[in-house]
Amino acid sequence: MKAITGNRLTDGVVVYLAPDGTWTERLEKARLFEKEEAEAALEAARRRVTEIASVYLIEAEPGGKAAGREALRETIRNAGPTVRPDLGKQAAGPR
Amino acid sequence: MYRYDEFDETIVRERVKQFRGQVARRLSGELTEEQFKPLRLMNGLYLQLHAYMLRVAIPYGVLSSRQLRRLAHVARRYDKGYGHFTTRQNIQYNWPALVDVPDILDALADVEMHAIQTSGNCIRNVTSDQYAGAAADEVEDPRPWCEIIRQWSTFHPEFSYLPRKFKIAVTASPHDRAAVKVHDIGLILKKGEGGKTGFEVIVGGGLGRTPYIGHTIRDFLPKEHILSYLEAIMRVYNLNGRRDNLFKSRIKILVNTEGPENFRDQVEAEWEKIRDCDIDIPREEIERIKRYFAPPAFEALPGESASFEAARARDAGFDRWVRVNVVAHKVPGYAIANVSLKEPGRPPGDATAEQMEAVADLGERFSFDEIRVTHEQNLCLPHVRKDDLYAVYQALKEAGLAAANVGLASDIIACPGLDYCDLANARSIPIAQALAERFAASGEEEDLGELKINISGCINACGHHHIGHIGILGVDKKGEEFYQITLGGSGAEDASLGEIAGRGLSSSEVVDAVERLARFYKRERREGERFLDAYRRLGHDAFKGAIYADA
Repeated sequence: MKAITGNRLTDGVVVYLAPDGTWTERLEKARLFEKEEAEAALEAARRRVTEIASVYLIEAEPGGKAAGREALRETIRNAGPTVRPDLGKQAAGPR
Repeated sequence: MYRYDEFDETIVRERVKQFRGQVARRLSGELTEEQFKPLRLMNGLYLQLHAYMLRVAIPYGVLSSRQLRRLAHVARRYDKGYGHFTTRQNIQYNWPALVDVPDILDALADVEMHAIQTSGNCIRNVTSDQYAGAAADEVEDPRPWCEIIRQWSTFHPEFSYLPRKFKIAVTASPHDRAAVKVHDIGLILKKGEGGKTGFEVIVGGGLGRTPYIGHTIRDFLPKEHILSYLEAIMRVYNLNGRRDNLFKSRIKILVNTEGPENFRDQVEAEWEKIRDCDIDIPREEIERIKRYFAPPAFEALPGESASFEAARARDAGFDRWVRVNVVAHKVPGYAIANVSLKEPGRPPGDATAEQMEAVADLGERFSFDEIRVTHEQNLCLPHVRKDDLYAVYQALKEAGLAAANVGLASDIIACPGLDYCDLANARSIPIAQALAERFAASGEEEDLGELKINISGCINACGHHHIGHIGILGVDKKGEEFYQITLGGSGAEDASLGEIAGRGLSSSEVVDAVERLARFYKRERREGERFLDAYRRLGHDAFKGAIYADA
């Protein structure tokens, strides 16, 4: 499955496209797409230029786990630096 | 220290105002990200994994206490309470919000700071020897020349759209602490005939995916000609450097494709054309800038200090810190005190706002208001009275900054790696932390002596792994982190590029492998031989064997 991620324009925070069309900060709450529908959704997301500074597709499993070749990178983006558990989204504690 | 004149003040303020407008236009959607990206990069603003990253220039690594306090303020007010000092003597903030960046830049402008020349394809912030003006071995203070080059290069209209970024480093000591041979241009101030000083000009060094040691294209350039000669080099590069291939666009590729002699001939021919065109800086102006760097009011002190010796005899921790972190000063009774940002277990180069303030206070009280940033990601108090060293040490200890490891195995240079960086393939910091903790716990670090370990999280080599005595390069193999070891690199006057030692190791294997290398060295070394010397004597294969001994 695919999810759409990017960095929020105003502060750069990592966000994911949610099922209701808003942006969520949690991969666990992201909308998951089948491969075929993901590209069209990405194109639509790209047009939201005042909301995001970057946007691209990632591989994700149901339950919000990053998958595929970039799994480590995307896990770190979703959580925060592995060397600073007090920073990033992981700082908020278990979900 | 250099103080801004009205021109510096004006261009920095105007730049902030311009960027404030650009940010507003981006937020309103008037600018797309594609249009905005080159503009934000010209102001040091990157987009990384978790957030934006703002890189702030610290020209040739020199800070006043007021400036360092302001960096601490920015960390606390606009970031997450810390900053990261880089291998180019700059500082990076990892979490600024775009909407705050114009205010941050205004706050920096209040203390004569900015983010100009920290990104983009321009001449970047000039770097230098952190001991400038204090080192016992320097020919003369290189900082006035760094400042002259800064003024010449800032917004130089002809060199604002170079094929690629361009880095210049300057040293004035036979012992190279500025890694001049691995810069686009390296300059060494030295004495020539008749006792006059001039520059040895080295071109085409660099690391990254295609590393090269630079070539000397001129043994001795009378120093008053430095700007016209630099201009000639830049013109040849700007015209002939490749713009069609990002990976071949640095000057090192041009110099090595055309051959250093051919490149030198082109530079000399260009220089003949322009050397009398008033590009060089007038003598009065050189003298004016030099006055900003006049030595502080050193006291006439005896070379030895009884209270200092007594404290060393009394406090073994202080004694070790002095042995490892304190360096001879050119003025009797003074010393250079290095402040390690490599407390084992902490990310290399990171300092909290409180730590920055502690060092700012010490600089103000004990070092004529001067602090330096080193390219090895540490700080330095350049002018401390020996009588004051114990007070400095105690305050550093209080601030968690008294690690006695400068130049030793746990003084590891590491890029931010995959924990922060958008380009990284693997993490650097956890490897640095594990190695530093291992070496610090062994209690053998000081006995191992000078051992430079450098870690990069990708081929772009921000951790300068090619010039580590032991270099570690993080790579990605099918989504898993692996680490490739290089051996025998050096960024000093005996510069060399490390040689790859074979297949990559997993993160759990690499720490043991480096420890085996250290143990092998310890067993094989001769009296007075550093790790690098032993490597050069015994050869690559002998050391390579140690890496894979029980792997």
